[in-house]
Amino acid sequence: MKNLESLEKAINSELTTKILSSKIKHDQINICIEDNNLIEVMIFLKTHSTTKFKQLIDITAVDYPERDKRFKMVYLLLSHENNSRIIIEFDIKETEIVSSLTSIFPSANWMEREVFDMYGVEFKDHPDLRRILTDYGFKGHPLRKDFPLTGHNEVRYSEEDKKVIYEPVKLEQNYRNFDYESPWEGTKYIKEQTKE
Amino acid sequence: MAKEVKKLNLNFGPQHPAAHGVLRLILQLDGEVVEKADPHIGLLHRGTEKLIENKTYAQAVPYFDRLDYVAPMNQEHAFALAIEKILKINVPARAQYIRVIFCEIGRILSHILNVTTQAMDVGALTPTLWGFEERETLMGFYEKVSGSRLHANYFRAGGVHQDLPKGLDSEIAEFCQKFPKIIDDLETLLTDNRIFKQRNVDIGIVSKQDALDYSFSGVMLRGSGVPWDLRKSQPYDCYEQLEFKIPVGKNGDCYDRYLCRIEEMKESVNIIRQCLTNLPKGPIKTNDGKISPPSKKEIKQSMEALIHHFKLFTEGYRVDEDEIYTAVEAPKGEFGVYLISDGSSKPYKCKIRAPGFSHLQAMDYLIKGHMLADVPAVLGSMDIVFGEVDR
Repeated sequence: MKNLESLEKAINSELTTKILSSKIKHDQINICIEDNNLIEVMIFLKTHSTTKFKQLIDITAVDYPERDKRFKMVYLLLSHENNSRIIIEFDIKETEIVSSLTSIFPSANWMEREVFDMYGVEFKDHPDLRRILTDYGFKGHPLRKDFPLTGHNEVRYSEEDKKVIYEPVKLEQNYRNFDYESPWEGTKYIKEQTKE
Repeated sequence: MAKEVKKLNLNFGPQHPAAHGVLRLILQLDGEVVEKADPHIGLLHRGTEKLIENKTYAQAVPYFDRLDYVAPMNQEHAFALAIEKILKINVPARAQYIRVIFCEIGRILSHILNVTTQAMDVGALTPTLWGFEERETLMGFYEKVSGSRLHANYFRAGGVHQDLPKGLDSEIAEFCQKFPKIIDDLETLLTDNRIFKQRNVDIGIVSKQDALDYSFSGVMLRGSGVPWDLRKSQPYDCYEQLEFKIPVGKNGDCYDRYLCRIEEMKESVNIIRQCLTNLPKGPIKTNDGKISPPSKKEIKQSMEALIHHFKLFTEGYRVDEDEIYTAVEAPKGEFGVYLISDGSSKPYKCKIRAPGFSHLQAMDYLIKGHMLADVPAVLGSMDIVFGEVDR
């Protein structure tokens, strides 16, 4: 992985303005791009003779509810030839639609379905954008930060109805989230002293 | 006049013994030929990633056992490495060797299960019975070192939970003596077995290019002739100091993948043996009190140790703001953790990259044009475990 820097330079000089920023962290290249350049950047990284990132490892999103551009899309690629990895990132708004990579990497199909299922990000030109991991008829997007950990519905077998039924979650005890970060604030006079 | 052919939709699973768990496969059949396969997954979805976001780093480790539950420690390894890289912890040599020993035990555990159940799917029952006896021994090692047979919760950021109990190293060494014979026995049952070959040779062929395009990793990739193993190409822990070979297939069919797994088991025994002979003495976890808990003895004597203990088990250790992807060569392929930390004691985001997810995705591509009876053979050779596919 010693040629990582030259690889980063080569990517920068070829894609120039399409790359907003790039850095090397933990032996991997991180690049930030604009969302509408995604397809071009991916085709370049996959096919160009210097890069050859032929394997799509994963696609995911990160939710930052307080930001204006709520989701950060993350694409991980691997190049066997160069033995190097690259992370491609860009931010999108909640309502924005991302281009699908299924025409470049067939394996993007399920990965994008998972992002759609978990975060509600939609993909343009995806052949089959259905939910994948959650239940049939599930509502909401579980990995969003505002989705409750306990979920909304619970299932049980109803003896009367002779079938599995869905009910709103009823907890015997509320979910407790302890704040351990500041269990003890210290006495006032010590704080006052340290301020001075 | 041509007779009108009616297409048949068949629901395979989720309660099918050859579905290796809770896979629901909707097959479109033309006679006995599969035209389309649509896997429905998620029946074992437990929201692991969401749960991890709400737990401290130490509390998140047991969730990794429950992903690919036939090789639990390999997954813990990826998570531990991710934290170590962010915190820049140096892992003591002894801990690295112990981790590698148990990762290779995990690899054998997984490969025995896969090879023998694949044989069972195509009609041979004996290998399963023989193989499971060995798995029992190996899970005994897990129990001796961590207290539980399956969900070990043994690896920590900065090392392992505790040292090997007395005598365990010689027990493992004894197993390494005996086990190659067992593999040979299994091979006499399967490798040249006419039925086994008829069911596996030239079934589910993956070309090199498709293996790359479909994000295959591990044996699925090597079976198609791509020599790629993260233990060699991007070595972690002490793999650099060990000598081992990477078996690579030629035709990319189910049979080659079976052969790769058999060879990998032999190599794993080899690795364990090397680790045992070179096992250094010394600490088994980092001595940084802010990350690894103090010993019981220290707690009783030192105030600082007591505070550390208290803080570690309530708040947990904090991990600086960072973003990282780390991958290990799990028995099934590249198992990766994409971790975003925000400086608190809980991960902000933890994406788990499971190899089985991409493998199962290619089911439609692999099975198209094959007979219905080949579905279990292909499924068996993909080595699917639903704990990791559904997460």
